[in-house]
Amino acid sequence: MSPEFPYLPDEGVVVVQRGPEPGGVGGAYRAFGETLRGLKTTFARIIEGPVTIQYPEEKTPVYPRFRGRHKLHKFEDTGLEKCVGCSLCAAACPADCIRVVAAENDPDDRVSAGERYAEVYEINLARCIFCGYCEVACPFDAITMGHEYELADYNREDLVFTKEMLLAEPVERTPLRREGE
Amino acid sequence: MTLPLADTTFVEATWILVVKSIVIFAVIFAIVPMLTVLERKLLGRFQARYGPNRVGPFGLLQPLADALKLISKEHYHPRAAIPALYYIAPAIVVFTGVATLAIIPFGNVQEGFGLYGIDVPIGILYFFAFGSIAFYGLLLGGWASGSKYSFLGAMRAAAQLISYEISMGLALLGAIMMAGSLSLVSVVEAQSQVWYVIPQFVGFLIFMVAGFAETNRAPFDLPEADAELVAGYGTEYGGMRYGSYAMAEYIEMFVISAVAVTFFLGGWHGPGPGFLDPIWVIVKIFAFLFLFMWVRATLPRVRYDQLMSLGWKILLPLATLNVLVTAILVTVT
Repeated sequence: MSPEFPYLPDEGVVVVQRGPEPGGVGGAYRAFGETLRGLKTTFARIIEGPVTIQYPEEKTPVYPRFRGRHKLHKFEDTGLEKCVGCSLCAAACPADCIRVVAAENDPDDRVSAGERYAEVYEINLARCIFCGYCEVACPFDAITMGHEYELADYNREDLVFTKEMLLAEPVERTPLRREGE
Repeated sequence: MTLPLADTTFVEATWILVVKSIVIFAVIFAIVPMLTVLERKLLGRFQARYGPNRVGPFGLLQPLADALKLISKEHYHPRAAIPALYYIAPAIVVFTGVATLAIIPFGNVQEGFGLYGIDVPIGILYFFAFGSIAFYGLLLGGWASGSKYSFLGAMRAAAQLISYEISMGLALLGAIMMAGSLSLVSVVEAQSQVWYVIPQFVGFLIFMVAGFAETNRAPFDLPEADAELVAGYGTEYGGMRYGSYAMAEYIEMFVISAVAVTFFLGGWHGPGPGFLDPIWVIVKIFAFLFLFMWVRATLPRVRYDQLMSLGWKILLPLATLNVLVTAILVTVT
């Protein structure tokens, strides 16, 4: 609430709270007291114990909606892939990191439940920004964001996750060095 | 032979003294690495974190790793430095620290063997003498480095020494007058009834504050003030020479704690049989070292003019008053 024009001289004046003047016997007494208060504060931290999370051994738990590395899903009863190769995820991807090559299903040996399936499904995690739009765009809930976040690697090529790697359950990490490399 | 200052009739064989000095050296060089890791772990706990816990069990081998790293470093000196002084300065600091430890009594004479390096008749004067020489180490090191930061650090060290050594001496004078002897063994013996921390509480407080300043510890670590002077007198030092300065700081901390225990906390006095005497001294010393680290974790560094006004305007008058009152009381009773 701002004061109305014309301002009265004592209107809107804030009285500043000031501590006692430093120095003198009283100042020394207060300084001693404050020192003891500081010592108490730090000692309370010993009793409280460390709050450190020692990362490689202890991990921060992620929230259920945490957007980590993607997962592709299969139907639990039939074992068929949910992905039908519609490429909507690739269209939704703002970082353009998903590549889908669709192919017709062979009726005798079906890969997916739909008419077509994803012959190639690659996500370049070096480009992915983990926005989750692919998950939103997917009409069949075939792709979701998982919880894995330890994705560092030595080669950019190793960060291109193929369909097999995204389908794999439990999570299968790329080996750090390929043979003959 | 009668000595004018203190009565030290107990004289030991030379070979015992040699063995004692070797033991003191070995013990202090074993304690200092423990202190470094203790300090780092305690500081960690004070800041709600763990501190070093990677090298060895509970990080106990951390000082070993540090020492290996420091020793294996290249030995160099800045072009502007004066090599001889630059090289000898860290050695002076370590030497004086260890030499002071010789007079600390860890127990009375037991089975014809005194549990102290040597019971010098001038007692605490020996401590002050070596304390003053220790500042030559800082001063020479800072000056011979040929760097502005080092020089500023050295100047601060000198000013701090002058400001605080007087108060420190006067604070101890009260206890000395009550004991009626300069010898540290006699001072401890005089405390068999009551520890001097009670009748000499003001002196004790002054001694502790001055002790923080003497050891260049927080909140009085202005000679090395890393926020403004890079590392003060140690700016140009590297490798084990730097390590020597760090080591000397811990030795001095130990010595100041030991002197405080001797003069104010009744030295080896404590419940239990005689062979527990050294244990009591060590326990009390470590309590003081804990206090040193606690204060370091708590208090911010004071400003330079605050340091000076605290030394000259508060501690010195207070210490003088304390001495006067004690002198009157000792004379009257």
